[in-house]
Order: sequence, then C-alpha cells, then structure tokens
Amino acid sequence: MADKAWTVAAAVPDPEVPCVTVADLGILREVVMDGDVVVAKLTPTYSGCPAVQFIEDAVAEALRGAGYEARIEQVMSPAWTTDWITDAGREKLRAYGIAPPTKASNSKRALFGKTVVACPRCGSEVTEKLSEFGSTPCKAHYRCKDCLEPFDYFKCI
Amino acid sequence: MALFQALIELADDHLVLGHRLSEWCGHAPMLEEDLALSNFALDVIGTARSLYAHAAEVEGKGRSEDDLAYLRSEREYLNCLLVERPNGDFAHTMLRQFYFAGFMEPFWQAVLSSNDKVIAGIAGKAVKEMGYHIRHAAEWIVRLGGGTEESGTRMRAAVYDLHPYWEEMFAPSECDVLPDRAALRPAWDVSVKAVFEVAGLDWPEPVYGQVGGRVGEHSEVLGRMLSDMQYLQRVHPGATW
Repeated sequence: MADKAWTVAAAVPDPEVPCVTVADLGILREVVMDGDVVVAKLTPTYSGCPAVQFIEDAVAEALRGAGYEARIEQVMSPAWTTDWITDAGREKLRAYGIAPPTKASNSKRALFGKTVVACPRCGSEVTEKLSEFGSTPCKAHYRCKDCLEPFDYFKCI
Repeated sequence: MALFQALIELADDHLVLGHRLSEWCGHAPMLEEDLALSNFALDVIGTARSLYAHAAEVEGKGRSEDDLAYLRSEREYLNCLLVERPNGDFAHTMLRQFYFAGFMEPFWQAVLSSNDKVIAGIAGKAVKEMGYHIRHAAEWIVRLGGGTEESGTRMRAAVYDLHPYWEEMFAPSECDVLPDRAALRPAWDVSVKAVFEVAGLDWPEPVYGQVGGRVGEHSEVLGRMLSDMQYLQRVHPGATW
C-alpha cells in the first residue's frame, strides 16, 4: 500500500517549476503507513521557500483524491541539498530551460568558488551571472554570451 | 527553560531582521537587489518559523509559532539590538546583514553536530543560506567602501552608526545546547576585518556597546516595527486568509 501511495504522491508537480515532480526534486523523502493512514514525509528546499505549504497541501490532496487517508510530516534533518535532485529531474530542468545545479553541493567550493554553468538552450559554457537571486529563492539569474538568452540556474546548495 | 529562551532569542533575531529586510520590497534601487533582499527576508523568516515551532514544542504550553511571533509585546522580544536597527541606506542594510550573517554562519556550523536533531536540521539549511548572505553583503561593502566619494562616506557612516551594536551578539547565553556565542568572536573579527581591508574601511575605536535586547529592553524603533508587523493579528485575532 505504501508503494502505491508513493506513486501517487511522487507524481505531484512542483508549483513553481511544474516540469519536475516532488520526487524528481528529492523533497518527497518517504511514504509510510501509520495504521490506515498514509504519512508522506516532505522536506523544504530553502528555509523560507514560500511553496512549502502549497506543496504539502497538494500532496495531501493527491493522496486523498486517490482514496487514502493522508497526513504530511515535515522532515528538517538531514537538510535537503541539490544533490538529491534525481538525474531524470536534472534532465527535465534542462529541457525546461533551467540550468540544473552542479553536483557535490556539500563542498564549500561549490558555494564560494567559481562554478561553470552551461546554457540550458545551446549548451555553451560561456555564460555570466546577472544576479545571485532569480525568480524564486532557489534560483540565480544567468545569461548565455553565445546565444544571448537569459536563463535561470537552480542554485547549488 | 534555558533552551526555550535561547530558541526565542534566535528566532526573534531572525524574524525582526526578516521584517526589516522585507521593508525593502519594492523600494530597492534596482530589481535584482529587490529580489535579493526579498530572498534574504524569506530565508531568515523561514528560519524564524522553524525556530518558533521548535520553541513552542519545547515550551509545551500549546502556543503556536504564530502566537509567538504575533502575540508577544516588545518587552517580550529578546532579539539583539543590531537586527532592529532601521534599514537606513544600502550601506546600513548591507553592513547589518554582513555583521549578522558573519556571526550566524559559524554559529550554525557549530550547531550542525548538535544532539538536538531538530535544531541540527534547521542549521543544515541556514548555514548554507548565511554563506550566500555573507558573500552578497560583503560584495556591497567592498563596492560601496571603495566606490565613489559619496558611497565611501555613506559606508563609513554605517560603520560608525552600527559600531555600538555588534558586540551584543556575542553575549553569553545560559543554554548549553547551543554554541558558546563568545567563542565565535575571534573568527568573526578576522572575517570582518578582512572585508574592511579590501573595502578600504578603518575599524573604529572601541565604543560603549549597547545591550538590552536579550532582556527585552529595546530601542523605540522595535515597538513601531512590531505595531506594523502585528497589526492584523492584534486587530483581528486569529484572522486567516
């Protein structure tokens, strides 16, 4: 039963980046049974991510729509990192026009060093950061110097 | 109750600073800084929420995070005075952010290994976010400090104005679950002075440090801020939308 419930919960799209699901992003941590109740465990991406409540409601609604009694639990530890975004999720982000985060987020170098961000449209690595902060708290704003398109980069944390 | 009080101090630091930052929304000199400051606000308000929720649980009296944020008066707020300082100009806002994030990043770093799993989880997120805040604020301090005559004058004024307020951050706490704040001071000194050097700023002479925030003695600006922030819940208790 938990497996089936997982499939239902996992298919819920992210409200800000609807091309990826909560499972692709790695924020759906676990789906377990507590008696007859499905407990979906979610973790926030950023402390202040305004979508947290929305996502929790959407997952609960999806589970209830599939006939389950559902409860959401928020898991803070261990803290989410962009490394938890699945490979499929990364590819979907790229196809959607958002440069996926570089891997190995735990190192300080990833946070403070120079990272190479490839343009999600033309693949060029000649890009520049326009702003550390983009359209949502999890993204930065970049521009490709070859195809001249601006794009979002999913920040690596 | 030492842990409850320590969590409230921390949460209040974050909420008050977050509210101050949110006052910039729609007023920053350019769009990307408007986004940056709103993102900063989201980060610290998000951390505050987690801390209030944890504090409420530790207290065990059935209060919620909203009760703690909206239904306590100025004298019950235990934030340090630095975070309630008005935004002033960009130099003031960025220096306040730099001082605070420069303190919180090593603080959270030390919390990561805490036995309290909830607080360690909060630290796991916050430590990375504070890293961003330090970098962004430090870039502005360098840019303004070493920029034009006008920007340098304003940056030096910010250093002078905020100088009495940073020391309070390091005042010891009675809670032994969280790191010893005084022990974070040497590392903070080193990182702040390194940025000041690049920015061409002098470290001012010691002054008498303003304290009182941790016992609820605030400057009058906090009362005004709270009356704005808490207005809705005070006038329409329990309102939701």
